Amino acid sequence: MVVMTAASDLNDDLYQNKKYMRPLEDYLVVDFSQFLSGPSASLRLADMGARVIKIERLGVGDICRTLYTSNLIMNGESSVFHAINRNKESFEVDLKNNEGCEMVRELLKKADVMIHNFRPGVMERLGFDYPSVSALNPTIIYGEISGYGTETEWKNKPGQDLLLQAATGLTSLTGNADSGPVAMGLSIVDMLAGAHLAQGVLACLYRKAIKNEGGFVQVSMMESAYDFQFETITTFLNDGGCLPERSEKNNANAYLGAPYGIYQTENGYLALAMGSIPQLGALLGCEKLEDYVEISEAFDKRNEIKAILAEHLLHSSTEKWLSILEPADIWCADVLNWNALMEHDGFKILQMIQEVEMIDGYKYETTRCPIRIDGELLISPKGSPKLGQDNEKIIKEFITQNTIANA
Amino acid sequence: MNKPLEGLLVLEFCQFLAGPSAGLKLADLGARVIKIERPKIGDACRQLSIKNLFIDEDSLLFHTINRNKESYAADLKNPDDLDRLKKLISKADVMTHNFRPGVMEKIGLDYENVKNINPKIVYGVVTGYGNEGPWKNKPGQDLLVQAVSGLTFLSGVDVDGPVPFGLSVSDIMCGNHLVQGILAALIKKAKTKKSVLVEVSLLESVLDVQFEVITTYLNDGGKLPDRSGAKGSAHAYLSAPYGMYETSDGHIALAMGNLPNICSIINCDISDLYVEAGSAFENRDKLIVRLAETFKKDNTKSWVSLLEDEGIWCTEVLNYQTATALSTYKALAIEQKLALDNNLQIKTTVSPIRLDNEKLFAPKAAPKLGFNTADISNEFELN
Repeated sequence: MVVMTAASDLNDDLYQNKKYMRPLEDYLVVDFSQFLSGPSASLRLADMGARVIKIERLGVGDICRTLYTSNLIMNGESSVFHAINRNKESFEVDLKNNEGCEMVRELLKKADVMIHNFRPGVMERLGFDYPSVSALNPTIIYGEISGYGTETEWKNKPGQDLLLQAATGLTSLTGNADSGPVAMGLSIVDMLAGAHLAQGVLACLYRKAIKNEGGFVQVSMMESAYDFQFETITTFLNDGGCLPERSEKNNANAYLGAPYGIYQTENGYLALAMGSIPQLGALLGCEKLEDYVEISEAFDKRNEIKAILAEHLLHSSTEKWLSILEPADIWCADVLNWNALMEHDGFKILQMIQEVEMIDGYKYETTRCPIRIDGELLISPKGSPKLGQDNEKIIKEFITQNTIANA
Repeated sequence: MNKPLEGLLVLEFCQFLAGPSAGLKLADLGARVIKIERPKIGDACRQLSIKNLFIDEDSLLFHTINRNKESYAADLKNPDDLDRLKKLISKADVMTHNFRPGVMEKIGLDYENVKNINPKIVYGVVTGYGNEGPWKNKPGQDLLVQAVSGLTFLSGVDVDGPVPFGLSVSDIMCGNHLVQGILAALIKKAKTKKSVLVEVSLLESVLDVQFEVITTYLNDGGKLPDRSGAKGSAHAYLSAPYGMYETSDGHIALAMGNLPNICSIINCDISDLYVEAGSAFENRDKLIVRLAETFKKDNTKSWVSLLEDEGIWCTEVLNYQTATALSTYKALAIEQKLALDNNLQIKTTVSPIRLDNEKLFAPKAAPKLGFNTADISNEFELN
């Protein structure tokens, strides 16, 4: 016991003398997950300092490696794989083979966190379900993501982002009244589930740091999609079941009144958040708007107000409108695409882009972690791994020859 | 149950959505969260309603975001109140704020000063666009952040111009990132015994949401997203059939899949449009229009059952009424009931995270302004 205390004091000294220790330094994360939800969580843990090892299927790997968007291939693999899996290692293994499983079990004995997003039942069949893994390593944090929970009628339905958007009412919030269902044009539910999994895992790592206990974290994409909609679904649940109604044009939120929306101008677009309608009318020189003096009209008559605004704003440039509205403290902004955004000093100062390098020297640009800790940007120069690139190192480091011989 | 953040005290100097949504997540994970609010007015969200829904004087929106918290009323401009707050800060584990850059410096509760009061604090800051640069004083409002971030060119069809996400996505993701940063900082603090500063901004968070497509843009010669002109298309970077299609009685959502196979199942002739694998992207718009003609011929349930039997990824498009009626929605226990005074009740969501096989139910209603001021004063001997 005395020795233990001394060692831990020494560790404390080391941590205290090191100025920029990453919060998760010395943690090992073993990640079986594929595509976006699980891997986005382990990317966050990696940027916070953890060592993340992807467990990838022999010969194939994470299917995301070949999930191309707009047919862009970067160094043999998809751009999204490179975005999601930088700063990680790859261990290529056959989980249907006993020797492979034995090696992974050895790795799990030394891991702090394990993550997977297989459909319910798969990890039970492979022998890597929570009871089996916690028997190997009682203080491990075990995180899993499902589409629709592990015990529901839909448990075997594919946990795919668009299907989740469609099945949770999310597609009724974006676009205009006559647009039909409109998806949010990103895999937003995957990213939310990943963010929630990272939260659960981090909370359990804190508990582990204090009490040395393991933990079991479960997230489903369906619950994550409703958490995202917690304001609107709560409104629905307490408002007699009224459905959201998007405005006819310029809709940006089904539940907000005019002017909330984006409007075309003579040379571009203008985003307008809040502002009293008569005041807007006076500032913009639009007399018709000055008649809407009742506050409730901003919502009740939003379609006609938005139509008047939309027609009026077409007559001058975005810059002109901004120069009138911004000094009056009306909340508004130019609408930028990535070209315009990235040329802007407001973007450049964030230093949001970093360059990373793969083991073979291939370099690419991507975004960095959005969180700053102690003033430091959590950047990392390590690119995504080639399939199985770290097998030799990992075997040497974690897996004894004995294990392989006994398997 | 042994919630991971039990015993931790969080002081929330935040208003509206981003910061308070982080406080809610920390509360559901077991922390004690005290909102520090201006006397008489409080969090401005108390009066910000949607559809004019108020419950017991505060907006339903406020109730949704601030359940499971306490409220302590204090005027940051009053020296006595400030002294009491400093005592409270000395006993806290975490504090968060979302004031514009410079405000906390003026009050004397910026990180440098708070570190002196409490050398082990985790200090979380939310801004709109970071602490420096030409946008630092711009209002950190969700729609404006979406507008400058490029996000509005990813949804809907190209002829619609910019289409914002119909929810406060930058606020909500920023709140999620703040939680991650604070939890990581708590882990760091457990080892170093020293204070930690965590900073997030709405803009960085909504750029992170676009990390896949921005990475594609950065490595594809700066090619901007090319949304389809065909109604129902669901992703600027994915090929047909990805999207939602009108049927005789509703809509069906179809994820990525083998196009010739899907078309043979639904009996839709695409032989003129699909000549090789690359056609699914090159002829995306025409293909979506062609598929839409076929899907109109039958009802959603028939299409879903036909396609699901063949292992095709699809589902019926639901609204809140049909979605909340699903057996899966009920089995996941997505709702909880908050009990208020006067027999009032609010139905709202539960934390999306399950720990150790349990859902994190926390049906404590949001506090009235200053409801816990006296108790907190006594407990922490602030007077």
